[in-house]
Amino acid sequence: MRSRRVAAAAVIAVSTLALAACGGGSSGGSSSSGGGSDVGGVHNVSDVTGGTIRYANSGDWDSLDPADTYYSYSWNFARLYSRALVMFKSAPGKDGATLVPDLAESLGKPSDDAKTWTYTLRQGVKFEDGTPVTSKDVKYAVERSLDKTTFPNGPTYFNDFLDLQGYTSPYADSDPNKLGLKAIDTPDDRTIVFHLKQPFSGFDYFAQMPSTAPVPVAKDTGSKYKEHVVSTGPYMFDTNDLGKSFTMKRNPNWDQATDPNRKPLPDRIEVALNVNSDDIDNRLQSGDLDVAIEGTGVGPAAQGKVLADQTLKANTDSAISARLWYTSINSDVAPLDNIHCRKAVEYAADKTGYQRAYGGATGGEIATNLLPPVIPGAEKFDTYPTPGNAGDAAKAKDELAQCGQPNGFTTGISYRAERPKEKATAEALQQSLAKVGINLEVKPYPLGDYAKLYAGKPDFAKANSLGLNVFGWAADWPDGYGFLAQMVDSRAIRASGGNTNFGVKDPEVDAMLDKALVTTDTTAREKIWVDIDKKVMDDAYILPGIWSKGLLYRPPNLTNVFITDGYQMFDYLALGTTRK
Amino acid sequence: MAIYIVRRLVAAVILLLIVTAAVFAIFFLVPRLAGATPEDLASRYVGKTADAEQIHVIAVKLGFTDPIWVQYGRFLKGLVAGADYSTGPTTVHCPAPCFGYSFLTQNPVLPDLLDRLPVTLSLAAGAALIWVVAGVATGVVSALRPGSIFDRAAMGVALAGVSLPIFFTGLLSLAVFSYALGITAPGGSYTPIEDNPFLWAYDLLLPWITLAFLYAAGYARLTRAGMLDTMGEDFIRTARAKGLPERTVVVKHGLRSALTPILTIFGLDLGLLLGGAILTESTYSLPGIGKYSVDAVVNNDLPKVLGVVMVGSIFIILANLVVDLCYAIVDPRVRYS
Amino acid sequence: MTTDVTPPAFLDVRDLRVHFPTDDGVVKAVDGLSFTLERGKRLGIVGESGSGKSVTSLSIMGLHKARAAKISGEIWLGGQELVSAGSEQVRKLRGRTMAMIFQDPLSAMHPYYSVGQQIVEAYRLHHDVSKRDARTRAVQLLDRVGIPQAASRFDDYPHHFSGGMRQRAMIAMALSCNPELLIADEPTTALDVTVQAQILDLIRDLQAEFNSAVIIITHDLGVVAELADDILVMYGGRAIETGSAASVFETPQHPYTWGLLGSLPRWDRERSDRLMPIPGSPPSLINVPAGCAFHPRCAYDELTDGLATTVRPELRAVGTNGHRVACHLSDERRRQIFDDEIRPKL
Ligand SMILES: Nc1ncnc2c1ncn2[C@@H]1O[C@H](COP(=O)(O)OP(=O)(O)O)[C@@H](O)[C@H]1O
Ligand code: SF4
Ligand SMILES: [Mg+2]
Repeated sequence: MRSRRVAAAAVIAVSTLALAACGGGSSGGSSSSGGGSDVGGVHNVSDVTGGTIRYANSGDWDSLDPADTYYSYSWNFARLYSRALVMFKSAPGKDGATLVPDLAESLGKPSDDAKTWTYTLRQGVKFEDGTPVTSKDVKYAVERSLDKTTFPNGPTYFNDFLDLQGYTSPYADSDPNKLGLKAIDTPDDRTIVFHLKQPFSGFDYFAQMPSTAPVPVAKDTGSKYKEHVVSTGPYMFDTNDLGKSFTMKRNPNWDQATDPNRKPLPDRIEVALNVNSDDIDNRLQSGDLDVAIEGTGVGPAAQGKVLADQTLKANTDSAISARLWYTSINSDVAPLDNIHCRKAVEYAADKTGYQRAYGGATGGEIATNLLPPVIPGAEKFDTYPTPGNAGDAAKAKDELAQCGQPNGFTTGISYRAERPKEKATAEALQQSLAKVGINLEVKPYPLGDYAKLYAGKPDFAKANSLGLNVFGWAADWPDGYGFLAQMVDSRAIRASGGNTNFGVKDPEVDAMLDKALVTTDTTAREKIWVDIDKKVMDDAYILPGIWSKGLLYRPPNLTNVFITDGYQMFDYLALGTTRK
Repeated sequence: MAIYIVRRLVAAVILLLIVTAAVFAIFFLVPRLAGATPEDLASRYVGKTADAEQIHVIAVKLGFTDPIWVQYGRFLKGLVAGADYSTGPTTVHCPAPCFGYSFLTQNPVLPDLLDRLPVTLSLAAGAALIWVVAGVATGVVSALRPGSIFDRAAMGVALAGVSLPIFFTGLLSLAVFSYALGITAPGGSYTPIEDNPFLWAYDLLLPWITLAFLYAAGYARLTRAGMLDTMGEDFIRTARAKGLPERTVVVKHGLRSALTPILTIFGLDLGLLLGGAILTESTYSLPGIGKYSVDAVVNNDLPKVLGVVMVGSIFIILANLVVDLCYAIVDPRVRYS
Repeated sequence: MTTDVTPPAFLDVRDLRVHFPTDDGVVKAVDGLSFTLERGKRLGIVGESGSGKSVTSLSIMGLHKARAAKISGEIWLGGQELVSAGSEQVRKLRGRTMAMIFQDPLSAMHPYYSVGQQIVEAYRLHHDVSKRDARTRAVQLLDRVGIPQAASRFDDYPHHFSGGMRQRAMIAMALSCNPELLIADEPTTALDVTVQAQILDLIRDLQAEFNSAVIIITHDLGVVAELADDILVMYGGRAIETGSAASVFETPQHPYTWGLLGSLPRWDRERSDRLMPIPGSPPSLINVPAGCAFHPRCAYDELTDGLATTVRPELRAVGTNGHRVACHLSDERRRQIFDDEIRPKL
């Protein structure tokens, strides 16, 4: 907690907190470089406009279409060319995880039961062709995002929460304006009202998804729309060579007067796709590239080099992400149906081994509970403290005795075969648990079908005695719901498989989740997430491993560089460059 | 000869049918045996929060709910007659031969492949040229002076060539030549030959050399062994006895026969070059078939995999056919009927 | 080493030594060989396999690898010394002034070029003529060596030809430039007996026609019996007997030659009446036996007062007809042995 004290002493408290949260002071460098100064967690502060920022992606987008994308970096980046109703603030650290109105004038206004949410659009916002944006364009955008046959990649929150009444797609809509969805009203061109079938207190998080960015019906080409998304943001697509690269230029119809959130600095943006990840790391260091867009940090090959070189290291930031690497403890598999046997696992596990499996302190911070520290309201606690996090055999044996298995037991541990880190995790656990007589049989399964056919399919896991399942989970957005819903809601467990909850089954947890959904008071709601976290830990359904960290490299020419808790990577909206 | 070619082509079509059917079977049967439902397969291509109903809709759209042979039949039909696909608001026609639509990117596969083919062909052709010329030249010089310093150095380098992986030599040469020295193009550079042939060659130089290095080494060793054998042949003595200059003896009489087995290997290598191209394209971030196929396999995108398999098979079949025909031309003792 | 001051013969080999340094030691394949051959004459070089015949012929042709073979001595051809000449100079003589026919015509012809092409190549190398003229010449030659329908066989490849035909073609190729010296190294060894005679006839006819000097190399005395004017018998890289064919066949002098004659197939005699073939195997060329190289296999070595095992016998004249032999046996004793033991069985 040393960094907390530093934070307290700082003048700009909020921003420094962010620094502490992202661990910039501990394992990464944070000194100034490139001539600019560092203020409140922002490196190289500058107003200089112009130049080109060059991004590279080691893979490809799921889609550039705002209705069809589900990567955090993509949502971060989408703010450059699309304006959703709400957005994560372009600010460092914790501030970056707060929501601010974007296309809307203010955050959503809920009804008392949190089932109806109303937004009013700002005046004067236009598409790239100069057409004014209306609430109907937003409604149409959400409607089309419901069509999962055309847009299979995007999130399904609107499908799940809107009162669809059988509506499937604007492409199958008999309404001549394709606005037949009853769940959304547009009483006038600036007002949009969402009707939910169940209360949802965190609807603003839905409203920040790119799928609320307006789409002009006349320009919608369905699955081909990604070839040219019509921009409402400060940048519009210039060229787009799918699967290879695209470029963006300034959008002449974007008006700063309508947009308090953005200060677009570069004149152009270039994005190369499917670039070798090691080459990306090399090029970042050689100055041939500005940003590795996925924001997961430099690869293992470059990491050693960067950390060993003081100048390079000074240009790095260590970003802790809203991702937990953990091992689920499956209560379907005896004797883990007994809580004491589960607790024995919690005590016996050597988490330093877990951390080593992920590359030590650079790879992540040892987790003692579920919610990653970047999630607003998250609290750090340790239900099963052990000396140096290295496991406590005495306590574990004590629990084993209470479980009626004083000599230990044998069970399986599964992991994704293609992931060496998960393999190392399974082996580390195998070692530390063996010390108390818990023998683990290591069982790798293919990554692609891990959740669908193996560990995430309850009867398979049970039949194959998969008592422990190595896994990981990241929040869709930094918020308790975004992180926990898929992980601990027992009602989300499907017998057919494809689950992401591998075994948390506690009616009390489910009830708390429901309560949170109707709690519109943010502080009260955040408290519930922590309670859920504690309850799950008390039940010992999950053995937390580490909160993941990435070592981000920032070339000296980049300006206004900071890590936002909203996406746990550099904020792409803020970046500028001194390179002309 | 014409009959021979026709027969080979017919065999090629049958081979393609078998290969694609096998890919189909692997793709569907293996997960089926592991207990996967059509929905399980479909869930690979949807976002992570989709529910059962949404996944089912996708399963139907992608045709996974139909029996495998129906799906295979549809694939064949698309090849012969084309197919229609929905983009949401409209339906587009994918003309024959339609290789299908990617499950993931919802793009027709064939244009993607055709778009990427020139990159791979450029890479392959340039690399092949370099490795054959460099490998054979090195092998010949080594063979003419076995045990010399050149021979030992060349064979040492050749050993390194066959044993060093592309992603190592590739990244190393990028770091040294492109980033440190700045004399070659950075990763990801590619200019179509029709835009600017010089830039095309400049951009591809390093990938060519990297890929060629891998093969040149083998060819050098092969040529050296072949030349050592051949230069001991009686007909070489005859050629010398005629009074031919040594260069003519080596090239016209020696190399000509030493090259014949190399030609066979070359045919096989050309066909299998896709494998080397995959690594090279990945290392140098070139948008070719190799990179495309990696993505296809990683993402379980069957139509893409099928497309790549077809292109790869056609490549192999053509390369072998051409080599067989060349073989007949080069070695008069071989004649096809 | 003293240089002979007499003007050299057309082909004049003087004290030729060809040594191959190998890992096991120096192979003295030819070790002090001298002989002469005049234009229009036919010399038969005879000896067991490994006696240095081919090495000798390749030395004349300049076909040894400079690095593998250490050659000393002199080889005069038409007044030009070849051992000390530059390799380019010798190359220009090859094919034109001297040509060679090899043992196995299948392996000696390039499998990828047609027979005609290979002849044309040799011809055009030394003659500045058009392809068409060269072709005409090649067809004439093929016709002359007895290839039926020569014009249509021109484009055939060696594997289309029978063994005899191939050797005929090889001869055509060798004769294409009218060489002054033709070396035929075991030209018939790989052929059927019936074909052998035809090829030998052909060589004799052509020799007469072209008036070349010819060296016929063989391990089989029978081959040269009718063909050669002179005979040179080689053993262990040296000449051990030389003389006119008539003289050598009539009165062979060297015990080794007797053995060679004994290995000739004779159908008219009982086995017991025939000369014994030579026992044992050819000498090591790395550690050549001291004294007479033949003594370990010789039945008469004890009749030389120990000289055979200590002193190397040099060629010396027997009689006056130029017949020479390298053996320590005195002439009388040799005559006696020959008369008593050898002649009756010849
Ligand atoms: N290049 C060479 N290196 C080493 N030894 C050789 C070489 N060429 C020939 N010899 C040896 O020289 C000896 C004479 O060979 P050769 O002249 O071919 O015999 P032949 O009389 O049967 O033609 C043989 O023992 C052979 O092994
Ligand atoms: S010298 Fe002696 S050993 Fe040699 S051949 Fe004459 S008799 Fe025989
Ligand atoms: Mg020989």
